[in-house]
Amino acid sequence: MKQFKPVPLLSLRRVGVGLLAATTLFSMVACSQNTNSNTSASSTANPNDVTLTVRGCTPQNPLLPTDTNETCGGNILDASEAKLIHYNSTTAAPELDIAQSITTTDAITWDIKLKQGYKFQDGTEVKAQNFVNAWNWGAYGPNAQLNSYFFAMIKGYDDEQCTDAKCSTKPKADTMSGLKVVNDYEFTITCSSPTSNLETRLGYTAFAPQPDSFFADTSANKANFTKAPIAAGPYQVTQVSDTQFTLKKFAGYSGKYPGVVGTLIFKVYTDMNTAYADVVANNLDLDDTIPSDDLVGNLWQKDLVQADGSPRNGSATTGVIDVLSFAPAKVDPGMADIRIREALSMAIDRASITKTVFNGARTPATGWVSPVVDGYKAGACGQWCTYDAAEAKQLYQAAGGYPGGTINLWINGDGGHGPWATAVCNSIKNTLGLNCVVQTTPDFATLRDKINNRQLTGMYRGSWQMDYPSIENFLTPIYATGASSNDTDYSNPTFDSLLKQAAAQTDPDKANEVYQQAEALLGKDMPTTPLWYRATQFGWSDKIKSIKMTPFSEFDFGSVVLN
Amino acid sequence: MGKFITRRLLQMIPVLIGTTLLLYFLAFAMPGDPTAGLCGDRQCPAQYVAQFRAEYHLDDPFFMQYLNYLNNLVHGNFGVLLNGHTVVQELAVRYPNTVKLAVIAVIFEAVVGMAAGILAGIRKGGFIDTLVTLFTLLLLSIPVFVIGSLAQLVFGIKLGWFPVTAGDGGLYSLLMPGLVLGALSLAYSTRLTRTSLVENLRADYVRTAKAKGLSNARAIGIHALRNSLLPVITYIGASFGGLMGGAIVTERLFNIQGIGLLIWNGILQKQRVAIVGPVTVLVLVFLLANLIVDVLYAVLDPRISHD
Repeated sequence: MKQFKPVPLLSLRRVGVGLLAATTLFSMVACSQNTNSNTSASSTANPNDVTLTVRGCTPQNPLLPTDTNETCGGNILDASEAKLIHYNSTTAAPELDIAQSITTTDAITWDIKLKQGYKFQDGTEVKAQNFVNAWNWGAYGPNAQLNSYFFAMIKGYDDEQCTDAKCSTKPKADTMSGLKVVNDYEFTITCSSPTSNLETRLGYTAFAPQPDSFFADTSANKANFTKAPIAAGPYQVTQVSDTQFTLKKFAGYSGKYPGVVGTLIFKVYTDMNTAYADVVANNLDLDDTIPSDDLVGNLWQKDLVQADGSPRNGSATTGVIDVLSFAPAKVDPGMADIRIREALSMAIDRASITKTVFNGARTPATGWVSPVVDGYKAGACGQWCTYDAAEAKQLYQAAGGYPGGTINLWINGDGGHGPWATAVCNSIKNTLGLNCVVQTTPDFATLRDKINNRQLTGMYRGSWQMDYPSIENFLTPIYATGASSNDTDYSNPTFDSLLKQAAAQTDPDKANEVYQQAEALLGKDMPTTPLWYRATQFGWSDKIKSIKMTPFSEFDFGSVVLN
Repeated sequence: MGKFITRRLLQMIPVLIGTTLLLYFLAFAMPGDPTAGLCGDRQCPAQYVAQFRAEYHLDDPFFMQYLNYLNNLVHGNFGVLLNGHTVVQELAVRYPNTVKLAVIAVIFEAVVGMAAGILAGIRKGGFIDTLVTLFTLLLLSIPVFVIGSLAQLVFGIKLGWFPVTAGDGGLYSLLMPGLVLGALSLAYSTRLTRTSLVENLRADYVRTAKAKGLSNARAIGIHALRNSLLPVITYIGASFGGLMGGAIVTERLFNIQGIGLLIWNGILQKQRVAIVGPVTVLVLVFLLANLIVDVLYAVLDPRISHD
């Protein structure tokens, strides 16, 4: 998953109107400005001459699609990369981008045809080989790419992996047998097991193609290439520095999702308050992190208005869900009784916490899947996610209570989680009479370290941002037996077999139905309890009339309407 | 003088070894696995972890790691960050911003501080003295982030006189942060100048100077002031050394991409090299700043000689 940087509080975003509507709006604005002789100089300026500054942060890893797993680098890459699939910036539905068609009959073998004439930013054409080579390189064990596991469903992935962590013996192969180039504009993917949502997955950053110059670069971890990355998207990264990243519109872009303005500059901010002050003062054009202090009393909506009184702020629901994980029974035997977990879940007053602590920037969750994705069905958590003090107390007492009478709630101290954790603890304390203590680790890494080593008892926080907009992405990586993010050691054979059945469906609606059955099982087993869904608040400067935010918490630079 | 400087430079070697050892130990002692937070709520791939540990020699015993680090240091290699940038590269981009900020702050605290201190000291107990004392008390009691946020809100957002932040490192945009950063030291340097001047004005040699018929201005300007500024110079020198280390709070507040932010990020991301490397450079800078101050003593005070 794309991880949020621990420091700035996580960002949330909202989506606006469709691209078509936005362009109509633009022409209307232009007309009205001619008549009322608005002094705004940029209304007549060529958008290609306009530069927008965007809040950025320091990427943690080199700018490689297969090595970028956090939002700082991801935001830059997603503005510059084109992939087979593009996610609709309003609905997150997959749309064909470089791909001409993606077809399968059995959800195992997929035939992919490419559009001809799609260009990389160095002028070379995007061909089937560019995908196959890029994916083979990203999955190859010795290259130690962070996103390598995204290729795990392709046949032959295992042969590319090292037998030991240190890669002392080279893997059996440096290509995956499941990838076959048919001709320059066609290749096939063979999966090792049915993968019904493969098409949806292919829009993730890791699946970007790489130009021939990428493979010609022999420097360690492609150090030379990442200084001036070449991609196939609407913007080209022209400057990579420690303090800012400059992206210029790519003149040869032939895809369906072009940018509007000529230049984008991602300015590195370390403190979200600073970025906020800058966007209020029209010093920064696009800010996707509104500090929680400014959400109080809707201060941000009063700060961020145009001269004519219209808003220059927005909010978008995004594919992020916050949960509270219950420690596995073998670590904390007090958690073994399901009635304890149900009582705890029921004792959390989600509705009032989202209102008082988050000022409505979160929506109480009713299940384990974000409402923005395909396959979402409300209510999987049922009564357990509805606050009911009497029922919770009764269940808790029937189960004999939590041993010791004091339960821990673990959070990391560097993410601004204190206020809601305290509120959740108070809610539990007041409802169940169980003493609840918020335990804080110094930082996110320490929390993860303790969770990975299963050292925590009681409850701990978890957030999941989707990689691709599918119900499957909220279930398999977190709750399948032995999955990489299965922090609670949840294991239910029926759940696992439902996931397998769903993956084997060729009809997407049928697949979603089976996934929903799997999600319903979580409501019976309660390995974690859903807290709330996130929304992103964002603001823009008086240079811009409007802009959309995608369900991935990224600005849609193709939707910019200038003032 | 040459001998003095050589001796001091040689003394720096054990100091540097001691501080880097301590630094390295502290960075090493940070809790948790440094790769634990790198992959969000997911465990990092085993191969990535292995390569990471090999690259930063994390599986070696502490002393081997430290010696390896010292060896790199001697060869001018301060380490490579996770995103592929070298620490030297980062320093080259960021140091000018920190230096510019520090220079503005020091000029402010030196010029305004000394002037206010002198005005206050000449007429002890007078109106100006009371005013200056009150004002410095105010500065001393307000934390820098309050002054900074207030200045940002009033002069940046409301009045629009200054840019709200200084991300581009331009001199004008650094002016407001520089003044904010210098404000606290300004209070100290004012008070030091004042106290020291008041004391010296009562000294015998000033009375003698006045008795032999020197004008008040000459007696104060040439004789009293020169001696009074000695402790002030020491203080300003030391504070400059400190400011060169980056002002984490001010740099964060105004988004100045300097050393302070680099170290701050290093701590947050548990990137040991991003902490140990820059701090080592800072130790060097601080030692050199102190040396320069010591040399300046001899220039100001003839009684002190380094020969």
